[in-house]
Amino acid sequence: MKLLKALGLGAVVVGAVGLAGFWFLTEPKRLDAAVLASAGAAGDASRGERIFWAGGCASCHAKPDAEGDARLELPGGVALKTAFGTFVAPNISQDAVDGIGKWSFDDFANAMMAGVAPDGSHLYPAFPYTSYARMKVEDVADLYAFMKTLPAVAGRAPGHELGFPFNIRRGLGLWKLLYLSSDPVIALPADADPKVLAGRYLVEGPGHCGECHTPRDLTGGSRKGLWLSGAVAAEGDGKVPNLTGGEGGLGGWSAGDIAYYLESGFTPDYDSVGGAMADVQRNMARLPAADREAIAAYVKAIPPHPNGY
Amino acid sequence: MKKLLLTACFVAVAGLAHADPVADREALMKSFGRSMGELGPIAKGEKAFDAAAVQTALATLNENAQKFDPAVLFPESAGPGESGSPNIWTNWADFEARATKFKTDVAAAAAAPPADVAALQATMGMIGGNCGGCHENFRVKK
Ligand code: HEC
Ligand code: HEC
Ligand code: HEC
Repeated sequence: MKLLKALGLGAVVVGAVGLAGFWFLTEPKRLDAAVLASAGAAGDASRGERIFWAGGCASCHAKPDAEGDARLELPGGVALKTAFGTFVAPNISQDAVDGIGKWSFDDFANAMMAGVAPDGSHLYPAFPYTSYARMKVEDVADLYAFMKTLPAVAGRAPGHELGFPFNIRRGLGLWKLLYLSSDPVIALPADADPKVLAGRYLVEGPGHCGECHTPRDLTGGSRKGLWLSGAVAAEGDGKVPNLTGGEGGLGGWSAGDIAYYLESGFTPDYDSVGGAMADVQRNMARLPAADREAIAAYVKAIPPHPNGY
Repeated sequence: MKKLLLTACFVAVAGLAHADPVADREALMKSFGRSMGELGPIAKGEKAFDAAAVQTALATLNENAQKFDPAVLFPESAGPGESGSPNIWTNWADFEARATKFKTDVAAAAAAPPADVAALQATMGMIGGNCGGCHENFRVKK
Protein backbone atom coordinates (compact mmCIF):
# COMPACT_ATOMS: atom_id res chain seq x y z
CA MET A 1 0.00 0.00 0.00
CA LYS A 2 2.78 2.39 1.05
CA LEU A 3 4.74 1.25 -1.92
CA LEU A 4 1.83 1.92 -4.23
CA LYS A 5 1.40 5.41 -2.79
CA ALA A 6 5.08 6.10 -3.24
CA LEU A 7 4.94 4.81 -6.79
CA GLY A 8 1.88 6.94 -7.47
CA LEU A 9 3.56 10.04 -6.10
CA GLY A 10 6.65 9.25 -8.11
CA ALA A 11 4.60 9.00 -11.28
CA VAL A 12 2.95 12.32 -10.54
CA VAL A 13 6.32 13.97 -9.93
CA VAL A 14 7.84 12.50 -13.08
CA GLY A 15 4.70 13.45 -14.99
CA ALA A 16 4.86 17.01 -13.72
CA VAL A 17 8.56 17.31 -14.52
CA GLY A 18 7.86 15.86 -17.98
CA LEU A 19 5.05 18.32 -18.53
CA ALA A 20 7.18 21.23 -17.34
CA GLY A 21 9.96 19.99 -19.61
CA PHE A 22 7.53 19.70 -22.53
CA TRP A 23 6.19 23.17 -21.79
CA PHE A 24 9.70 24.60 -21.60
CA LEU A 25 11.01 22.81 -24.68
CA THR A 26 8.00 23.68 -26.79
CA GLU A 27 7.93 27.36 -25.89
CA PRO A 28 7.80 29.50 -29.06
CA LYS A 29 11.10 31.34 -29.48
CA ARG A 30 11.02 34.75 -31.11
CA LEU A 31 13.87 36.30 -33.05
CA ASP A 32 16.59 38.11 -31.15
CA ALA A 33 16.00 41.85 -30.82
CA ALA A 34 19.49 42.36 -32.24
CA VAL A 35 18.60 40.38 -35.36
CA LEU A 36 15.45 42.44 -35.87
CA ALA A 37 17.32 45.71 -35.31
CA SER A 38 19.92 44.71 -37.91
CA ALA A 39 17.28 45.19 -40.60
CA GLY A 40 18.02 48.89 -40.13
CA ALA A 41 15.84 51.57 -41.65
CA ALA A 42 12.53 50.88 -43.42
CA GLY A 43 12.64 48.33 -46.24
CA ASP A 44 12.49 49.18 -49.93
CA ALA A 45 9.30 48.08 -51.66
CA SER A 46 10.77 47.87 -55.16
CA ARG A 47 13.55 45.56 -53.98
CA GLY A 48 10.92 43.63 -52.03
CA GLU A 49 9.04 42.67 -55.18
CA ARG A 50 11.95 40.45 -56.23
CA ILE A 51 11.84 38.70 -52.84
CA PHE A 52 8.08 38.24 -53.17
CA TRP A 53 8.47 36.31 -56.44
CA ALA A 54 11.57 34.43 -55.27
CA GLY A 55 9.61 33.39 -52.16
CA GLY A 56 6.60 32.22 -54.13
CA CYS A 57 4.12 33.76 -51.65
CA ALA A 58 1.44 34.01 -54.36
CA SER A 59 1.63 30.25 -55.06
CA CYS A 60 -0.09 29.59 -51.73
CA HIS A 61 -1.67 32.89 -50.67
CA ALA A 62 -3.25 34.11 -53.93
CA LYS A 63 -6.70 32.75 -54.75
CA PRO A 64 -6.46 29.22 -56.19
CA ASP A 65 -5.82 29.54 -59.96
CA ALA A 66 -5.45 33.35 -59.86
CA GLU A 67 -3.61 34.68 -62.91
CA GLY A 68 -1.90 37.94 -63.87
CA ASP A 69 -2.37 40.87 -61.49
CA ALA A 70 -4.81 38.86 -59.37
CA ARG A 71 -1.71 37.07 -58.06
CA LEU A 72 -0.97 40.21 -56.04
CA GLU A 73 -4.22 39.79 -54.13
CA LEU A 74 -3.55 37.50 -51.20
CA PRO A 75 -6.81 36.31 -49.61
CA GLY A 76 -5.47 32.76 -49.20
CA GLY A 77 -7.53 29.65 -49.78
CA VAL A 78 -5.10 27.27 -51.48
CA ALA A 79 -5.50 23.88 -49.75
CA LEU A 80 -2.38 21.79 -49.15
CA LYS A 81 -3.25 18.11 -48.69
CA THR A 82 -0.53 16.33 -46.70
CA ALA A 83 -0.11 13.17 -44.63
CA PHE A 84 -0.81 15.28 -41.51
CA GLY A 85 -4.09 16.71 -42.77
CA THR A 86 -5.15 19.63 -44.97
CA PHE A 87 -3.59 23.04 -44.43
CA VAL A 88 -5.24 26.10 -45.94
CA ALA A 89 -3.08 29.16 -46.61
CA PRO A 90 -4.57 32.14 -44.71
CA ASN A 91 -5.33 35.70 -45.84
CA ILE A 92 -2.07 37.69 -45.76
CA SER A 93 -3.42 40.74 -47.60
CA GLN A 94 -3.29 44.18 -45.99
CA ASP A 95 -6.83 43.82 -44.64
CA ALA A 96 -6.65 44.98 -41.00
CA VAL A 97 -9.15 42.38 -39.76
CA ASP A 98 -8.87 39.32 -42.01
CA GLY A 99 -5.28 39.80 -43.19
CA ILE A 100 -2.03 41.11 -41.72
CA GLY A 101 -2.65 44.85 -42.26
CA LYS A 102 -2.01 45.57 -38.59
CA TRP A 103 1.12 43.49 -38.23
CA SER A 104 4.33 45.32 -37.27
CA PHE A 105 7.60 44.47 -38.99
CA ASP A 106 8.61 42.49 -35.88
CA ASP A 107 5.40 40.43 -36.11
CA PHE A 108 6.07 39.72 -39.78
CA ALA A 109 9.74 38.83 -39.32
CA ASN A 110 8.92 36.49 -36.42
CA ALA A 111 6.37 34.66 -38.57
CA MET A 112 8.71 34.44 -41.58
CA MET A 113 11.94 33.50 -39.83
CA ALA A 114 10.91 31.90 -36.51
CA GLY A 115 7.47 30.49 -37.33
CA VAL A 116 5.88 32.38 -34.43
CA ALA A 117 2.55 34.24 -34.76
CA PRO A 118 1.95 37.62 -33.08
CA ASP A 119 -0.07 35.91 -30.32
CA GLY A 120 3.01 33.82 -29.53
CA SER A 121 1.75 30.51 -30.94
CA HIS A 122 3.71 28.29 -33.32
CA LEU A 123 2.91 28.38 -37.01
CA TYR A 124 2.80 25.15 -38.99
CA PRO A 125 5.75 24.46 -41.29
CA ALA A 126 3.32 23.98 -44.21
CA PHE A 127 4.27 27.69 -44.34
CA PRO A 128 7.88 27.09 -45.39
CA TYR A 129 9.56 29.23 -42.72
CA THR A 130 12.03 26.36 -42.28
CA SER A 131 13.55 27.78 -45.49
CA TYR A 132 12.69 31.45 -44.94
CA ALA A 133 14.63 31.23 -41.63
CA ARG A 134 17.77 31.39 -43.82
CA MET A 135 16.76 34.73 -45.35
CA LYS A 136 18.56 37.99 -44.68
CA VAL A 137 16.51 40.11 -42.32
CA GLU A 138 17.03 43.10 -44.70
CA ASP A 139 15.32 41.10 -47.44
CA VAL A 140 12.42 40.37 -45.10
CA ALA A 141 12.18 44.11 -44.41
CA ASP A 142 12.06 44.83 -48.16
CA LEU A 143 9.39 42.16 -48.58
CA TYR A 144 7.37 43.70 -45.73
CA ALA A 145 7.56 47.09 -47.47
CA PHE A 146 6.44 45.57 -50.78
CA MET A 147 3.51 43.76 -49.18
CA LYS A 148 2.37 47.07 -47.69
CA THR A 149 1.80 48.26 -51.30
CA LEU A 150 -0.57 45.34 -52.06
CA PRO A 151 -4.36 45.57 -51.75
CA ALA A 152 -6.44 44.73 -48.70
CA VAL A 153 -8.80 41.85 -49.45
CA ALA A 154 -11.57 41.03 -46.98
CA GLY A 155 -12.61 37.49 -46.12
CA ARG A 156 -11.03 34.64 -44.22
CA ALA A 157 -9.89 31.39 -45.81
CA PRO A 158 -11.33 28.22 -44.28
CA GLY A 159 -9.39 26.72 -41.35
CA HIS A 160 -7.01 23.75 -41.45
CA GLU A 161 -8.40 20.22 -41.16
CA LEU A 162 -5.99 18.39 -38.88
CA GLY A 163 -6.46 15.40 -36.58
CA PHE A 164 -4.93 14.88 -33.13
CA PRO A 165 -2.10 15.43 -32.26
CA PHE A 166 -1.29 17.67 -35.22
CA ASN A 167 -3.98 20.13 -34.22
CA ILE A 168 -1.99 21.00 -31.05
CA ARG A 169 0.28 23.88 -32.09
CA ARG A 170 2.34 23.70 -28.91
CA GLY A 171 3.74 20.30 -29.92
CA LEU A 172 5.50 21.96 -32.87
CA GLY A 173 8.08 23.35 -30.45
CA LEU A 174 9.86 19.99 -30.29
CA TRP A 175 9.76 19.61 -34.03
CA LYS A 176 11.22 23.08 -34.50
CA LEU A 177 14.09 22.27 -32.11
CA LEU A 178 15.01 19.45 -34.47
CA TYR A 179 14.40 21.04 -37.85
CA LEU A 180 14.42 24.83 -37.67
CA SER A 181 17.84 26.29 -38.35
CA SER A 182 19.14 29.36 -40.14
CA ASP A 183 22.42 27.64 -41.05
CA PRO A 184 23.11 26.93 -44.72
CA VAL A 185 22.46 23.32 -45.77
CA ILE A 186 25.42 23.00 -48.09
CA ALA A 187 28.66 24.23 -46.54
CA LEU A 188 30.67 26.36 -48.98
CA PRO A 189 33.94 28.20 -48.37
CA ALA A 190 33.52 31.96 -48.01
CA ASP A 191 35.65 32.40 -51.13
CA ALA A 192 33.45 30.09 -53.23
CA ASP A 193 32.24 31.41 -56.60
CA PRO A 194 29.98 34.38 -55.71
CA LYS A 195 27.41 33.11 -58.22
CA VAL A 196 27.15 29.78 -56.38
CA LEU A 197 26.88 31.58 -53.02
CA ALA A 198 24.12 33.82 -54.38
CA GLY A 199 22.36 30.74 -55.74
CA ARG A 200 22.65 28.96 -52.40
CA TYR A 201 20.91 31.86 -50.72
CA LEU A 202 18.06 31.93 -53.26
CA VAL A 203 17.53 28.15 -53.29
CA GLU A 204 17.94 27.37 -49.58
CA GLY A 205 16.26 30.58 -48.37
CA PRO A 206 13.45 32.40 -50.19
CA GLY A 207 13.16 29.92 -53.11
CA HIS A 208 12.45 27.05 -50.65
CA CYS A 209 13.25 24.51 -53.40
CA GLY A 210 14.21 21.93 -50.75
CA GLU A 211 10.67 21.88 -49.35
CA CYS A 212 9.54 19.91 -52.41
CA HIS A 213 12.77 18.47 -53.87
CA THR A 214 14.25 16.98 -50.65
CA PRO A 215 12.83 13.76 -49.14
CA ARG A 216 11.32 13.96 -45.65
CA ASP A 217 11.41 11.65 -42.65
CA LEU A 218 8.34 10.30 -40.83
CA THR A 219 7.76 13.50 -38.87
CA GLY A 220 7.99 15.62 -42.00
CA GLY A 221 11.50 16.97 -41.41
CA SER A 222 13.86 17.47 -44.39
CA ARG A 223 16.51 14.76 -44.79
CA LYS A 224 19.31 17.25 -45.38
CA GLY A 225 21.82 14.46 -46.13
CA LEU A 226 19.78 13.80 -49.29
CA TRP A 227 19.44 17.46 -50.20
CA LEU A 228 17.47 18.10 -53.42
CA SER A 229 17.71 14.44 -54.45
CA GLY A 230 13.98 14.22 -55.23
CA ALA A 231 11.02 13.08 -53.16
CA VAL A 232 7.55 11.67 -53.10
CA ALA A 233 5.39 14.81 -53.20
CA ALA A 234 4.60 15.86 -49.60
CA GLU A 235 1.57 17.72 -50.89
CA GLY A 236 -0.60 16.34 -53.69
CA ASP A 237 0.42 13.43 -55.93
CA GLY A 238 3.43 12.11 -57.75
CA LYS A 239 7.18 12.50 -57.51
CA VAL A 240 9.35 15.59 -57.37
CA PRO A 241 12.49 15.07 -59.49
CA ASN A 242 16.11 14.75 -58.34
CA LEU A 243 17.99 17.99 -59.04
CA THR A 244 21.45 16.68 -58.16
CA GLY A 245 23.95 15.21 -60.63
CA GLY A 246 23.38 11.67 -59.25
CA GLU A 247 21.55 8.79 -60.95
CA GLY A 248 18.10 9.86 -62.12
CA GLY A 249 19.00 13.53 -61.64
CA LEU A 250 20.00 16.49 -63.76
CA GLY A 251 23.55 15.37 -64.65
CA GLY A 252 22.73 15.83 -68.32
CA TRP A 253 21.45 19.41 -67.91
CA SER A 254 23.92 22.30 -68.28
CA ALA A 255 23.63 25.36 -66.03
CA GLY A 256 22.22 27.14 -69.10
CA ASP A 257 19.54 24.43 -69.48
CA ILE A 258 18.45 24.90 -65.85
CA ALA A 259 18.33 28.68 -66.16
CA TYR A 260 16.33 28.42 -69.40
CA TYR A 261 13.86 25.99 -67.79
CA LEU A 262 13.28 28.46 -64.95
CA GLU A 263 12.80 31.26 -67.48
CA SER A 264 10.65 29.53 -70.11
CA GLY A 265 9.39 26.25 -68.63
CA PHE A 266 11.06 24.20 -71.39
CA THR A 267 13.32 21.23 -70.60
CA PRO A 268 16.38 20.60 -72.81
CA ASP A 269 14.26 18.32 -75.04
CA TYR A 270 11.43 20.90 -75.14
CA ASP A 271 8.99 19.06 -72.98
CA SER A 272 7.22 21.61 -70.82
CA VAL A 273 7.07 22.15 -67.07
CA GLY A 274 4.06 20.72 -65.23
CA GLY A 275 2.59 19.96 -61.83
CA ALA A 276 3.42 22.16 -58.85
CA MET A 277 6.59 23.35 -60.63
CA ALA A 278 4.55 25.28 -63.23
CA ASP A 279 3.68 27.93 -60.67
CA VAL A 280 7.21 28.01 -59.26
CA GLN A 281 8.52 28.51 -62.81
CA ARG A 282 6.15 31.43 -63.46
CA ASN A 283 7.53 33.05 -60.29
CA MET A 284 11.12 32.37 -61.32
CA ALA A 285 10.44 33.93 -64.74
CA ARG A 286 9.83 37.24 -62.95
CA LEU A 287 13.33 37.36 -61.43
CA PRO A 288 16.32 39.08 -63.03
CA ALA A 289 18.25 36.69 -65.33
CA ALA A 290 21.26 36.88 -62.97
CA ASP A 291 19.20 35.25 -60.20
CA ARG A 292 18.20 32.31 -62.42
CA GLU A 293 21.84 31.91 -63.47
CA ALA A 294 22.93 31.91 -59.80
CA ILE A 295 20.32 29.27 -58.93
CA ALA A 296 21.54 27.13 -61.85
CA ALA A 297 25.19 27.50 -60.79
CA TYR A 298 24.33 26.35 -57.25
CA VAL A 299 22.26 23.39 -58.49
CA LYS A 300 25.25 22.26 -60.57
CA ALA A 301 27.50 22.58 -57.48
CA ILE A 302 25.57 20.50 -54.91
CA PRO A 303 26.68 16.94 -53.99
CA PRO A 304 25.21 14.20 -56.24
CA HIS A 305 22.76 11.63 -54.86
CA PRO A 306 20.71 8.92 -56.58
CA ASN A 307 16.94 9.54 -56.55
CA GLY A 308 15.75 10.20 -53.01
CA TYR A 309 12.35 8.55 -53.51
CA MET B 1 -21.85 -14.85 -92.64
CA LYS B 2 -20.23 -12.62 -95.24
CA LYS B 3 -22.09 -9.68 -93.79
CA LEU B 4 -20.92 -10.54 -90.32
CA LEU B 5 -17.32 -10.79 -91.48
CA LEU B 6 -17.60 -7.47 -93.24
CA THR B 7 -18.98 -5.84 -90.13
CA ALA B 8 -16.20 -7.38 -88.08
CA CYS B 9 -13.68 -6.00 -90.55
CA PHE B 10 -15.25 -2.60 -90.44
CA VAL B 11 -15.24 -2.55 -86.67
CA ALA B 12 -11.61 -3.65 -86.65
CA VAL B 13 -10.58 -0.89 -89.07
CA ALA B 14 -12.60 1.77 -87.26
CA GLY B 15 -11.05 0.49 -84.06
CA LEU B 16 -7.59 0.77 -85.58
CA ALA B 17 -8.03 4.44 -86.38
CA HIS B 18 -8.30 5.12 -82.65
CA ALA B 19 -6.80 1.87 -81.50
CA ASP B 20 -4.61 3.58 -79.00
CA PRO B 21 -5.58 7.12 -78.05
CA VAL B 22 -2.80 7.14 -75.44
CA ALA B 23 -0.16 6.44 -78.08
CA ASP B 24 -1.77 8.95 -80.43
CA ARG B 25 -1.77 11.77 -77.93
CA GLU B 26 1.75 11.01 -76.77
CA ALA B 27 2.90 11.20 -80.39
CA LEU B 28 1.00 14.47 -80.82
CA MET B 29 2.53 15.97 -77.66
CA LYS B 30 5.99 14.89 -78.81
CA SER B 31 5.39 16.68 -82.12
CA PHE B 32 4.68 19.88 -80.15
CA GLY B 33 7.99 19.40 -78.37
CA ARG B 34 9.78 18.99 -81.73
CA SER B 35 8.31 22.23 -83.09
CA MET B 36 9.30 24.11 -79.94
CA GLY B 37 12.74 22.54 -80.33
CA GLU B 38 13.05 24.19 -83.77
CA LEU B 39 12.17 27.59 -82.31
CA GLY B 40 14.08 27.38 -79.00
CA PRO B 41 17.66 27.75 -80.25
CA ILE B 42 16.60 30.77 -82.34
CA ALA B 43 14.82 32.35 -79.35
CA LYS B 44 17.90 31.72 -77.18
CA GLY B 45 20.16 33.34 -79.78
CA GLU B 46 22.09 30.12 -80.41
CA LYS B 47 20.97 30.21 -84.04
CA ALA B 48 20.58 33.29 -86.23
CA PHE B 49 17.02 34.54 -86.71
CA ASP B 50 15.54 32.92 -89.81
CA ALA B 51 12.03 34.16 -90.61
CA ALA B 52 11.29 31.27 -92.99
CA ALA B 53 12.34 28.62 -90.44
CA VAL B 54 10.25 30.27 -87.75
CA GLN B 55 7.24 30.41 -90.03
CA THR B 56 7.61 26.75 -91.02
CA ALA B 57 7.96 25.57 -87.41
CA LEU B 58 4.89 27.52 -86.35
CA ALA B 59 2.88 26.25 -89.32
CA THR B 60 3.76 22.66 -88.41
CA LEU B 61 2.93 23.28 -84.76
CA ASN B 62 -0.41 24.77 -85.76
CA GLU B 63 -1.23 21.90 -88.09
CA ASN B 64 -0.63 19.44 -85.25
CA ALA B 65 -2.26 21.59 -82.57
CA GLN B 66 -5.52 21.62 -84.55
CA LYS B 67 -5.53 17.80 -84.26
CA PHE B 68 -5.82 18.16 -80.48
CA ASP B 69 -9.37 16.85 -80.03
CA PRO B 70 -9.76 16.13 -76.30
CA ALA B 71 -12.82 13.87 -76.75
CA VAL B 72 -11.00 11.63 -79.25
CA LEU B 73 -7.55 11.61 -77.67
CA PHE B 74 -8.59 11.52 -74.02
CA PRO B 75 -11.56 9.13 -73.73
CA GLU B 76 -12.09 8.33 -70.08
CA SER B 77 -12.02 4.61 -70.89
CA ALA B 78 -8.36 4.89 -71.93
CA GLY B 79 -7.32 6.34 -68.57
CA PRO B 80 -4.16 8.33 -67.93
CA GLY B 81 -1.00 7.52 -69.87
CA GLU B 82 2.58 7.73 -68.70
CA SER B 83 2.22 11.16 -67.17
CA GLY B 84 -1.51 11.90 -67.32
CA SER B 85 -3.48 12.80 -64.21
CA PRO B 86 -6.99 11.54 -63.34
CA ASN B 87 -7.86 15.26 -62.92
CA ILE B 88 -8.45 15.31 -66.69
CA TRP B 89 -11.80 13.56 -66.21
CA THR B 90 -12.82 15.11 -62.90
CA ASN B 91 -12.13 18.57 -64.32
CA TRP B 92 -13.08 18.00 -67.95
CA ALA B 93 -14.50 21.46 -68.70
CA ASP B 94 -11.24 23.17 -67.68
CA PHE B 95 -9.21 20.63 -69.66
CA GLU B 96 -11.25 21.23 -72.81
CA ALA B 97 -11.12 25.00 -72.35
CA ARG B 98 -7.33 24.88 -72.10
CA ALA B 99 -7.09 22.76 -75.26
CA THR B 100 -9.30 25.27 -77.10
CA LYS B 101 -7.26 28.26 -75.90
CA PHE B 102 -4.05 26.51 -76.94
CA LYS B 103 -5.41 25.91 -80.45
CA THR B 104 -6.59 29.52 -80.78
CA ASP B 105 -3.29 30.98 -79.53
CA VAL B 106 -1.16 28.77 -81.78
CA ALA B 107 -3.34 29.58 -84.80
CA ALA B 108 -2.91 33.30 -84.11
CA ALA B 109 0.88 32.92 -83.81
CA ALA B 110 1.06 30.94 -87.05
CA ALA B 111 -1.07 33.52 -88.86
CA ALA B 112 1.20 36.39 -87.83
CA PRO B 113 4.65 34.87 -87.27
CA PRO B 114 7.14 36.90 -85.20
CA ALA B 115 9.48 39.09 -87.23
CA ASP B 116 12.45 39.27 -84.85
CA VAL B 117 14.04 37.51 -81.91
CA ALA B 118 12.27 39.61 -79.27
CA ALA B 119 8.88 38.88 -80.82
CA LEU B 120 9.77 35.18 -81.07
CA GLN B 121 10.66 35.12 -77.37
CA ALA B 122 7.26 36.60 -76.56
CA THR B 123 5.57 33.99 -78.78
CA MET B 124 7.53 31.18 -77.09
CA GLY B 125 6.46 32.53 -73.70
CA MET B 126 2.82 32.69 -74.76
CA ILE B 127 2.80 29.15 -76.20
CA GLY B 128 4.89 27.79 -73.31
CA GLY B 129 2.37 29.28 -70.90
CA ASN B 130 -0.32 27.22 -72.59
CA CYS B 131 1.70 24.00 -72.34
CA GLY B 132 2.66 24.60 -68.68
CA GLY B 133 -0.79 25.88 -67.72
CA CYS B 134 -2.39 22.64 -68.88
CA HIS B 135 0.38 20.38 -67.58
CA GLU B 136 0.10 22.07 -64.15
CA ASN B 137 -3.17 20.37 -63.23
CA PHE B 138 -3.37 17.57 -65.77
CA ARG B 139 0.05 15.96 -65.69
CA VAL B 140 1.91 14.38 -62.83
CA LYS B 141 5.43 12.88 -62.57
CA LYS B 142 4.97 9.24 -61.56
C1 HEC C 1 3.71 26.26 -49.56
C2 HEC C 1 2.69 27.23 -49.28
C3 HEC C 1 3.11 28.58 -48.70
C4 HEC C 1 4.02 29.48 -49.22
C5 HEC C 1 4.91 29.33 -50.44
C6 HEC C 1 3.96 30.64 -48.36
N1 HEC C 1 3.06 30.43 -47.35
FE1 HEC C 1 2.57 31.76 -45.89
N2 HEC C 1 1.47 30.32 -44.97
C7 HEC C 1 1.13 29.09 -45.50
C8 HEC C 1 0.28 28.37 -44.58
C9 HEC C 1 -0.30 26.98 -44.78
C10 HEC C 1 0.14 29.21 -43.44
C11 HEC C 1 -0.66 28.90 -42.17
C12 HEC C 1 0.28 28.44 -41.07
C13 HEC C 1 -0.40 28.21 -39.77
O1 HEC C 1 -1.64 28.29 -39.68
O2 HEC C 1 0.30 27.92 -38.78
C14 HEC C 1 0.88 30.43 -43.74
C15 HEC C 1 0.98 31.51 -42.86
C16 HEC C 1 1.59 32.70 -43.19
C17 HEC C 1 1.62 33.85 -42.32
C18 HEC C 1 0.94 33.94 -40.96
C19 HEC C 1 -0.46 34.45 -41.15
C20 HEC C 1 -1.31 34.42 -39.92
O3 HEC C 1 -2.41 34.98 -39.97
O4 HEC C 1 -0.90 33.80 -38.91
C21 HEC C 1 2.29 34.84 -42.97
C22 HEC C 1 2.56 36.25 -42.48
C23 HEC C 1 2.72 34.30 -44.23
N3 HEC C 1 2.27 32.99 -44.33
C24 HEC C 1 3.44 35.00 -45.17
C25 HEC C 1 3.99 34.42 -46.31
C26 HEC C 1 4.90 35.10 -47.20
C27 HEC C 1 5.30 36.56 -47.08
C28 HEC C 1 5.29 34.19 -48.13
C29 HEC C 1 6.29 34.37 -49.26
C30 HEC C 1 7.63 34.78 -48.86
C31 HEC C 1 4.59 32.95 -47.84
N4 HEC C 1 3.81 33.13 -46.74
C32 HEC C 1 4.71 31.79 -48.57
C33 HEC C 1 1.56 28.61 -46.72
C34 HEC C 1 2.52 29.19 -47.53
C1 HEC D 1 5.88 23.26 -54.72
C2 HEC D 1 6.88 22.27 -54.95
C3 HEC D 1 8.15 22.69 -55.68
C4 HEC D 1 9.00 23.72 -55.37
C5 HEC D 1 8.89 24.74 -54.25
C6 HEC D 1 10.06 23.66 -56.35
N1 HEC D 1 9.86 22.63 -57.22
FE1 HEC D 1 11.01 22.18 -58.85
N2 HEC D 1 9.72 20.73 -59.38
C7 HEC D 1 8.57 20.36 -58.68
C8 HEC D 1 7.87 19.35 -59.42
C9 HEC D 1 6.56 18.68 -59.00
C10 HEC D 1 8.60 19.11 -60.59
C11 HEC D 1 8.24 18.18 -61.74
C12 HEC D 1 7.68 19.03 -62.84
C13 HEC D 1 6.94 18.27 -63.92
O1 HEC D 1 6.26 17.30 -63.63
O2 HEC D 1 7.03 18.72 -65.07
C14 HEC D 1 9.77 19.99 -60.53
C15 HEC D 1 10.75 20.07 -61.52
C16 HEC D 1 11.90 20.86 -61.45
C17 HEC D 1 12.95 20.85 -62.43
C18 HEC D 1 12.99 20.00 -63.70
C19 HEC D 1 13.55 18.65 -63.36
C20 HEC D 1 13.21 17.58 -64.35
O3 HEC D 1 13.80 16.49 -64.21
O4 HEC D 1 12.35 17.78 -65.22
C21 HEC D 1 13.90 21.76 -62.01
C22 HEC D 1 15.20 22.13 -62.70
C23 HEC D 1 13.41 22.33 -60.78
N3 HEC D 1 12.19 21.77 -60.46
C24 HEC D 1 14.08 23.28 -60.04
C25 HEC D 1 13.54 23.91 -58.92
C26 HEC D 1 14.16 25.02 -58.25
C27 HEC D 1 15.50 25.64 -58.61
C28 HEC D 1 13.32 25.38 -57.23
C29 HEC D 1 13.45 26.53 -56.25
C30 HEC D 1 13.56 27.84 -56.85
C31 HEC D 1 12.18 24.48 -57.27
N4 HEC D 1 12.34 23.60 -58.31
C32 HEC D 1 11.13 24.54 -56.38
C33 HEC D 1 8.15 20.88 -57.47
C34 HEC D 1 8.70 22.01 -56.85
C1 HEC E 1 -4.88 21.11 -72.89
C2 HEC E 1 -3.83 20.43 -72.22
C3 HEC E 1 -2.43 20.35 -72.80
C4 HEC E 1 -1.74 21.26 -73.55
C5 HEC E 1 -2.20 22.64 -74.02
C6 HEC E 1 -0.43 20.70 -73.81
N1 HEC E 1 -0.34 19.46 -73.24
FE1 HEC E 1 1.26 18.23 -73.29
N2 HEC E 1 0.27 16.83 -72.21
C7 HEC E 1 -1.00 16.99 -71.70
C8 HEC E 1 -1.37 15.79 -70.96
C9 HEC E 1 -2.68 15.56 -70.23
C10 HEC E 1 -0.27 14.91 -71.05
C11 HEC E 1 -0.18 13.50 -70.44
C12 HEC E 1 -0.86 12.49 -71.32
C13 HEC E 1 -0.88 11.12 -70.66
O1 HEC E 1 0.21 10.58 -70.38
O2 HEC E 1 -1.97 10.61 -70.41
C14 HEC E 1 0.74 15.60 -71.85
C15 HEC E 1 1.97 15.04 -72.18
C16 HEC E 1 2.99 15.71 -72.86
C17 HEC E 1 4.28 15.15 -73.17
C18 HEC E 1 4.73 13.73 -72.85
C19 HEC E 1 4.27 12.80 -73.95
C20 HEC E 1 4.72 11.37 -73.69
O3 HEC E 1 5.52 10.87 -74.45
O4 HEC E 1 4.28 10.80 -72.68
C21 HEC E 1 5.00 16.13 -73.83
C22 HEC E 1 6.42 16.02 -74.39
C23 HEC E 1 4.14 17.30 -73.92
N3 HEC E 1 2.93 17.02 -73.31
C24 HEC E 1 4.52 18.50 -74.53
C25 HEC E 1 3.65 19.58 -74.68
C26 HEC E 1 4.06 20.84 -75.26
C27 HEC E 1 5.47 21.18 -75.72
C28 HEC E 1 2.94 21.64 -75.26
C29 HEC E 1 2.81 23.06 -75.77
C30 HEC E 1 3.37 23.36 -77.05
C31 HEC E 1 1.85 20.87 -74.68
N4 HEC E 1 2.32 19.62 -74.33
C32 HEC E 1 0.57 21.35 -74.52
C33 HEC E 1 -1.82 18.07 -71.85
C34 HEC E 1 -1.53 19.21 -72.60
